Amino acid sequence: MNLALRDIRHNLGRFLLTCVGLGLLLGVALAMVGIYGGVVEEALSLARNMRADLWVVEGGSRGPFAEASRIPGDVREAVARLPGVREAGSLTFQTVEARHAGGPMGVLGGAAPNEEQVRERAGEAGRQRIGAVLRLQVVGYEPDRPGGPPGILEGRGITRGRLELVADRSAGLPLGAVVEMANLRYRVVGISTRAVSTGGDPLAWITLRDSQDLQFRLTPPAARRAQQGGGGALPQDTVNAVIARLSPHADAGAVAAEIRRWKHFSALTGAEQENVLTRSVVDKARKQIGLFTTVLLLVSAVIVALIIYTLTMDKMREIATLKLIGAPDRSIVALVMQQALLLGAVSFTSGTALLLAAKDHFPRRVVLGLAEVSGFGVLVFVICLLASLLGVRYALRIEPAQALGG
Amino acid sequence: MSALVELCGIAKGFGSGEARVQALSDITLSVDAGEVVGLRGPSGSGKSTLLNLVACILEPDAGTLRLAGETVWDGRWSRADLRALRREKIGFIFQFHNLLPFLDATDNVALAMTLNRVPLAEARRRARALLDHLQVGKRATAMPAKLSGGEAQRVAIARALANNPRIILADEPTAALDSERAQVVMDLLRQVAREQAAAVIVVTHDDKIFSRFDRLVGLRDGRVETV
Repeated sequence: MNLALRDIRHNLGRFLLTCVGLGLLLGVALAMVGIYGGVVEEALSLARNMRADLWVVEGGSRGPFAEASRIPGDVREAVARLPGVREAGSLTFQTVEARHAGGPMGVLGGAAPNEEQVRERAGEAGRQRIGAVLRLQVVGYEPDRPGGPPGILEGRGITRGRLELVADRSAGLPLGAVVEMANLRYRVVGISTRAVSTGGDPLAWITLRDSQDLQFRLTPPAARRAQQGGGGALPQDTVNAVIARLSPHADAGAVAAEIRRWKHFSALTGAEQENVLTRSVVDKARKQIGLFTTVLLLVSAVIVALIIYTLTMDKMREIATLKLIGAPDRSIVALVMQQALLLGAVSFTSGTALLLAAKDHFPRRVVLGLAEVSGFGVLVFVICLLASLLGVRYALRIEPAQALGG
Repeated sequence: MSALVELCGIAKGFGSGEARVQALSDITLSVDAGEVVGLRGPSGSGKSTLLNLVACILEPDAGTLRLAGETVWDGRWSRADLRALRREKIGFIFQFHNLLPFLDATDNVALAMTLNRVPLAEARRRARALLDHLQVGKRATAMPAKLSGGEAQRVAIARALANNPRIILADEPTAALDSERAQVVMDLLRQVAREQAAAVIVVTHDDKIFSRFDRLVGLRDGRVETV
């Protein structure tokens, strides 16, 4: 006869309500575990999506994500000529507050606009700023070279057209939508598989030339002022990094060491870049979330312990009676522990189910795999087991004599 | 008849130094098989302490205690042994019946048997028969909260009898009942004592049932006053 189950069935409403409350708490703790995983994964996704074996950046800098890096665009040629390098591509990165200007603009297969059309569109956009604000991490790349979108879900990639844009699906932009950035309007020609920046902003790819315009071109009044002041316009063939993909048997460390010997340049292998991203760029966010998760788990443990202790106290007379009529200690321990574990199991299941149903609605990515969920389940099991010890200790100290008398 | 409960020169005190309270002094008492003995006395006279001693919950400071022919507290008894002794040889009846609220009447009785390693199905079958015998069989599936005071006390008596104990200890079993039901409970205890040749000790303040005992033992200030 399982006394724990019978007692739970007798007070089913109270037990389920307790489980719902604890389940919500465990759901929040599990969400933090998922957000932690999401922060790390998002931090790495940008670098991983580039599938680069090497990152060539400004000398003394740790790359375009951790620090500012500007190098001439023609470095790509020099990198591509190195032994072991299969292909190389120039990239720019910048965070932009764009505006979603609404409906489609022209047909997807239309010809690329010429310089005059680009200036005309810039003028149109400048006259009337429209649409909802959208934060994007814009990547400028050379079509047919490394650094483009990792995969196209809808539409097509950028060919040679100017003012075309491929957006990550998390941006929520439909195909054909018009996006305004720095007085220029871009047409969404493709939707990529999920790719976000270290800050969780969706990525958008445009041509390197468009991105250099976006990043380095001065507005007409600023250009006039620069000209009147005697300074020329900034050189526009500047990029933030050059990435290289190596031949299968090439040694990334050796090629990186070769590039580091060049004046004014530095090189990081893919692994070094990932290390920079996780240890430097998102380190504080990672630690903050990790600490918060630990605090939540401690709070959960205390709450489980209190619930079990209270449940045991409520049964003081019943436990005393059981002892008096000869129930062995193991029956009393089983009663308390089984209830603690069942409480943990039901709460964990309900919290996990709730989180899995809601995780896609979180603003930032929640990464929960089987390893995270099962690991958390084991942790909840251990917490419940330890927390039940308080109840067990109380139960074992109940005197059978407490069953006697009024 | 042979004595099932024998107390010889039993003494028990609590605390130490000036705060020490002598709850029982030089108690000598025996209860035979089939005998129903009432234990009465004012509050603080030592009734509960005596009951706890016979129930093997408290260890006496002096004297010997023999239950069903075995000397208890002679240094050979572990806590588990004492619990097993209670399980197998002693039945308890409480003032407020103390039925487990999450088990129905049958399982409350069957539980006592399963603790004694009787298979659950067999225990339930025997429990129902016992409830029928105590004329509360129709309430076999009722939860304790749904039972009347008299019904609950009958179920509690059934639980006390579940393992055919040689000794039955009852702590104010009629205190929560009206006089008619109190008489019925006492009749049941007398019947059980006869049928099972058990020694029954009842702690009570209820003078309406004094006449139902074979013997009434009075306690005052920890000593046997009248037998």
